[in-house]
Amino acid sequence: MFSPNDGQQPGFPAESAAQAPFVDVRRDASGRLAVSFGGDWRIGSALPDLTPVHAALSDRTPQVLVLAAPRLSAWDSRFLTQLMGLADLAESRGITVDTAQLPRGVCSLLQLAHAVPERMDTGREPDDPSWLAAVGRWSQWLVRDFRDLLAFVGEATLSMGSVVVGKTRFRRVDLLRLMQDCGAMALPIVSLISLLVGLILAFVGAVQLQMFGAQVYIADLVGLGMTREMGALMTAVIVSGRSGAAFAAQLGTMNVNQEIDAFKAMGISTFDFLVVPRLLALISMMPILCLYAMLMGVIGGAIVAVAFFDISVSEYITETLRVVQMRHFLIGLFKGLVFGVLVGTAGCLRGMQCGRSASAVGDAATSAVVTSIVFIVVADSVLTLVFNRLRL
Amino acid sequence: MQPNPELGETAYIAVRDLTMAFADRVIQKDLNFAVRRGEIFVVMGGSGCGKSTLLRHLLGLQQPTRGEVLYAARSLWESPPSERAAILRKTGVLFQSGALWSSMTLIENVALPLSQFTDLPPSEVEAIARLKLALVGLAGFEEYYPAELSGGMQKRAGLARAMALDPDILFFDEPSAGLDPLSAKRLDDLILSLRDNLGATIVVVTHELASIFAIADNSIFLDAESQTIIASGNPRDLLADSTDVRVREFLTRGLHDRSGRGLRRAEEGRV
Repeated sequence: MFSPNDGQQPGFPAESAAQAPFVDVRRDASGRLAVSFGGDWRIGSALPDLTPVHAALSDRTPQVLVLAAPRLSAWDSRFLTQLMGLADLAESRGITVDTAQLPRGVCSLLQLAHAVPERMDTGREPDDPSWLAAVGRWSQWLVRDFRDLLAFVGEATLSMGSVVVGKTRFRRVDLLRLMQDCGAMALPIVSLISLLVGLILAFVGAVQLQMFGAQVYIADLVGLGMTREMGALMTAVIVSGRSGAAFAAQLGTMNVNQEIDAFKAMGISTFDFLVVPRLLALISMMPILCLYAMLMGVIGGAIVAVAFFDISVSEYITETLRVVQMRHFLIGLFKGLVFGVLVGTAGCLRGMQCGRSASAVGDAATSAVVTSIVFIVVADSVLTLVFNRLRL
Repeated sequence: MQPNPELGETAYIAVRDLTMAFADRVIQKDLNFAVRRGEIFVVMGGSGCGKSTLLRHLLGLQQPTRGEVLYAARSLWESPPSERAAILRKTGVLFQSGALWSSMTLIENVALPLSQFTDLPPSEVEAIARLKLALVGLAGFEEYYPAELSGGMQKRAGLARAMALDPDILFFDEPSAGLDPLSAKRLDDLILSLRDNLGATIVVVTHELASIFAIADNSIFLDAESQTIIASGNPRDLLADSTDVRVREFLTRGLHDRSGRGLRRAEEGRV
């Protein structure tokens, strides 16, 4: 692209010859404004003051602007953008621009830059910075997102319905692999987090209970807390970070690679084949993980109670068995089930909505986690309130 | 819109008054063309003129803003979903990147459409899938995952999957993109033999001149600026007869000049 015989071509600087850029403005009697550039006009060199040129273009408007660069030692894109700025300014004032005396490489690049006229019908306007427009756009997005969610839930329900009737389209091996990913593979992190949550609950409660000499009720606090609330909640948060994000990233990447298109073009329902097994895997694994989390939490509580508060293991177990009843387990498991559906829905929805770029996949995964956690917390509040009113 | 004689009985795929747009931005408008049974039909045009978007409309992946796509006189978009699925089942498509399902081995990729849409016993599904992979020269790679293969092999595997159900119509999106000249030529030969041996109707979206001249029976030329078809017919005839400077420039890679020298160079180039 750059002409090799300019003598003034861009390239590596001759170290010693780095010469400060300068500009020289001269006006002749016939109304021609001659602007000549010299020195090193590259990114990294200090730009000279161009106000004399601007001023000369403004007052007693000349008819022709002659651009020349007889003593230019080096140049790059920066020189071009400065020239184009001046040329645009001159043309906006009706001044003819003469570039014939510029180095050949500069001339041809300038011509190239103007070779294809700017497309005006690209349908993309610069962002409107007004806050009203931003609020409007955001509301539109919210409405669209809600509509997407409804459509997704509808389609997923239909597909799940056909599974209940006994028509499965997905491969069993896919379901088993997903169940392993969502369930068995999550055990270590669920163990750790639940054990620690049990420990924390026990400590926080014990300090208060000790004041009344009622340390044995640590078992009640941890037992009820883990079964009714924390077991399901913490598991759901973990699963949303592991499986929800994974679902969104998997489906998003499939979208980017046209794998989703390949399903659609073949007439294979992506819901039957991709969404249903993921939902089924979470729905089946979440209650089991919750049950496990409850147990780990209770063990965590027992460790604190036995090690720091002089309660024997049998005392702790007896107290736990006395206070935790079947309904508390069922409430926790039910919550786990609901959270499983929510995490699966959020993950698959965001994955299917994913755009067609690598960054869109990242956004989909992030958005899946945020959406699931919002869903989980809102659903948990509603369920807790409902169970409370029902005196369960 | 006056009736187009080409959209008669022989049309296997007919596109009528198709307008494609993303939001407010029109890509192509009022497209009318027909693909006859058993021909290789090339959609050509410069980058960004909407060739691949047109393909998405033909495949039912994107709904037209206006107009319709007919398969054997049945409308793709106005049919109920079950009928649309039946129409699409008669088509196979090779996407630009192959679009193999990355979590499955090659044989699972090819077997999936068979097990979804037929009642064949698993052993027979597997036999057919092996045959299809062998036909595209991938025998022995059945248990490989797509990521373990080269781009050209992925494309051939994609073709094996597209042919799994012995479709009447095959679509190719930029089949030679990203392939070396020899692999591209082998793919062209494969396309020709699909038409000759299986009688498939083939629609190819491409801007590769060598492929265009080697395989096309018929073609349309999409232009980005005027947003419509500016030429149609056999590309050799277009090269010989078209007076449109945009078409001539495209088909001769801009080498065309009045003396016809560019024309000769283009001819040499495709040998």
